[in-house]
Formats: sequence, structure tokens, C-alpha cells
Amino acid sequence: MAGRPEQRSEHRADYGWSHIDAVLDNLDIFREGFVQTLRLSLFAAVSALILGTGLAAMRVSPVPPLRWAGTAYVETVRNTPLTIVFFFVVFVLPQVDIVFSYFTFAVMALTIYHTALVCEAVRSGVNGVDAGQAEAARALGLTFSQTLRLVVLPQAFRNVVQPLGSVGSALIRNTSIAAAFGVQELTGISQRLTTANPGDVVAVLLAGIVCYLVLTLSLAWAVGLTERRLTRTPR
Amino acid sequence: MPLVTLEGVSKSFGKNRVLNDINLTVEAGEVVCVIGPSGSGKSTLCRCVNRLETIDEGRITFDGRPLPAEGRELARMRAQVGMVFQSFNLFAHRTILDNITLGPRRVNGVRRAEAEEKARALLERVGIADKADRLPRQLSGGQQQRAAIARALAMEPKLMLFDEPTSALDPEMIQEVLDVMRSLAASGMTMIVVTHEMGFARSAADRVVFMADGRLLEVAPPKNFFAAPASERAADFLAKVLTH
Repeated sequence: MAGRPEQRSEHRADYGWSHIDAVLDNLDIFREGFVQTLRLSLFAAVSALILGTGLAAMRVSPVPPLRWAGTAYVETVRNTPLTIVFFFVVFVLPQVDIVFSYFTFAVMALTIYHTALVCEAVRSGVNGVDAGQAEAARALGLTFSQTLRLVVLPQAFRNVVQPLGSVGSALIRNTSIAAAFGVQELTGISQRLTTANPGDVVAVLLAGIVCYLVLTLSLAWAVGLTERRLTRTPR
Repeated sequence: MPLVTLEGVSKSFGKNRVLNDINLTVEAGEVVCVIGPSGSGKSTLCRCVNRLETIDEGRITFDGRPLPAEGRELARMRAQVGMVFQSFNLFAHRTILDNITLGPRRVNGVRRAEAEEKARALLERVGIADKADRLPRQLSGGQQQRAAIARALAMEPKLMLFDEPTSALDPEMIQEVLDVMRSLAASGMTMIVVTHEMGFARSAADRVVFMADGRLLEVAPPKNFFAAPASERAADFLAKVLTH
């Protein structure tokens, strides 16, 4: 981006469409921010989905210490502001010589936080599956993990496509906190561009909002599609 | 050696003593029907045999060994005991064929092609070969219960447990399920059947067990039991269920 004018090219006195130049002249910066937000969301979402499902398995397992550990994690993390989680990862981990890029730190912080939310969504789905399903599986001789993997979780996920979608949507919006911790994602670049173009704050922020909407509405569409797919009855 | 033994088995839910000092042995090849009023502990007794319920006191053995504690050992034991539930409990997200092949494939390590071939033969045997690719909810109650029986038989169990298999069915579907159970009994399968179907108990059972208030009050061949129950409680029960 070196040599690119962050200020819009020429000053015009009117208050009409010219403000959009602050956006149009910096489209490549917006694209960079958009891609960073998308990458943060994807990496954190996939990690949180895997870890959150594992955590939910712990919380429904017959082994008490696993249940306690799962509950402790969820209650601690879910009741901590995400910003504090970021502080912890970005400033405390380096003190014990764990150092990654700001991007990786941001993915870690987002994953830690949303793992707890995914866990609770999946767990509510597990509780929504009729107890007879797990009983029938155990009666066949399936182990606990087989029962969960082959019978309970596939049905639980069907029940929680929407709640998981909400967690995903929150995750996309929560990536904006990474802006305060050195990641130039959508919020970060919006802030930079508004500083460079103080007369065009509204245009720049609206453009940022549109970018977030593209992400969240795409997710909502995918969630709706998935739900229809899963509830369709094959013949 | 008996296939199943219960010695001094007791169990409470809170203050409610649902099983009270139960002693029973079931020989291989035997069909035992457990009857009695609702809340007498029949279902709990049935569920204790494959440890879906734990017991507070006493001892249960299967095939000469005490029931193992929770874990792989218990899973192996359960694989040899088929169970049929009142509410069918077919896996709702899987086709009928998948329901039947899941156990053999995942527990016994049977290859898919082999498991499916056997599953189709079992579906043929219970009379719903054409439903293999349907989901459970697309079948009638009677068809679902027959599929559930096929699922249990696919594991080639040494013992079949039936926990009120016809209680959730419309009257016209009860017969088709009982017919399957009758032919299974005739084939020499060891069965413990908790039921309200007195006709089935009378014609298919080797012995009838009568339970009331968590106690096992009578064990007798059906001919003797239905003609002349030894306890007043049983006589009273039979008078109520047989006259309607």
C-alpha cells in the first residue's frame, strides 16, 4: 500500500456524492481489511467449532472431573469481557515466552472466547435429543464416544444450526476488537481512513458497515440453506 | 448354567423402592414374560439386566459373569444382549438400513456390504424389506418396532430384552409385532419380555413372572399361572385385565 494516497484525491466543496471518493480511492485498503476480517472469522470459527464440540462432549460425559473442567471453562470465559481475553493473550502470553503474530494472537483470543459459546449451543442441542436415542445406542454396545459421535451429535447439530449461526454472527462482529490489538481488519482500516479523511467519516463508516453486512448476511443465508437441507426428508 | 441370574436385587429411586430383593434365573432358550400392574418395577427389572439402570444391592450375572462396570467391558456385554424399547428409539437421522447395520459395523467390525446383506435379510424376516431406505419417521409404529427388533437381532444376541414393546402401538399394529416375537420365541431365542399382552404371555412364554410393588410375587408356567394364580394380588390383577 506504499505510495497510495489515503486522503481522497481532490477537495470538492459540495456535500453530495464526492464523499464516496474517500471510499473509492481506497478500495484496495478496504479489500485488505475485508480479507483480514474474513480470515480472522474463518480461522476462529473452525477452531471454536471443533474445540467447542469437544468441550460440550466433556460437559455431558459420565466422568465428573471432565464435567467440572468443562463447566469451569465455560463459566469463566463466558463471563469475561472479550477485550480482557485479548489483553490476556496479547500481553500475558509473551511474558511466558509465547510469542506469535498479532493476527495469530487475535485468532487465539477469539477462539478461546467463542469456544465457550459454541459449547453451550451444542450442549443445548445434545440435551434436545431424546434420551432414548443414546440408550438405544448404548444397548447396541456402542461406547460413550461412539454414541456421541454416531448418534447424538449428528442430531444435536440439526437442532442448533440457528444458535450456532448466531454465535458465528457474533464472532464476525467481535473480530473488530482485534483492531485495538494490532490487526488491520475492517474496523482498523476504517479508523485509519476516517483519521486521514476527517470530512468523510460517514461515508467511510458506512462502507465498513456494508462490508460487515456482506459477511453476516452471507452467513445467515448459509445457515438458512443448511437448515433446509438437514430437515428435508429423502424419499 | 443359567444365562441370566438375579440374586437379591434391590433398587430405589429416592425413597421409592422399585425393586425389592428380586431373585430370578433365566435359562438359555427360555422365554420369560414379566407381567404386573404399572409401576410394579417390571421395566426397571428389564433395564437392569443390561445395566441401563444400576442396582443398589444384589448381583446380576450374564453368561456366568457379573455385569461389568461402565466402560468397554460393559459395551461388549451389551453387544450380546438385544433390547427393544417401548418407544422404538430408532436412530431418527439414519435410514432403516443404517439403523440395522450401525451396530454390526461399529461394534463388531463387520464390513458394510456384508452388514447390509444381512440387514436386508432381517428386514425380509420381519416383513418390511421395502422400507430399507426410509427414515424411521416415515414408518408406522408397528413397522418401526419391527425394524427395531431387526436392529437388535443384527447383533446376533444371546438374549433379547423387550420393554413393553407393544404399549405405544395402535391396536391394529400390535399383532404384527407379536407375530414377529412369536416366531423369534419359536426359533429358540432367549427372551425376557415385559408386557401387558396376556395372550402373548399365555401362548409364547415358558414361564410367567408376576410383579407388584417392586416384589417378584410369582414365577410359574403360564398354564398354571393363568388357571390358578397362587397369590391374591395376582388373582386380583388377572381379574381386572382378563375380563375386559
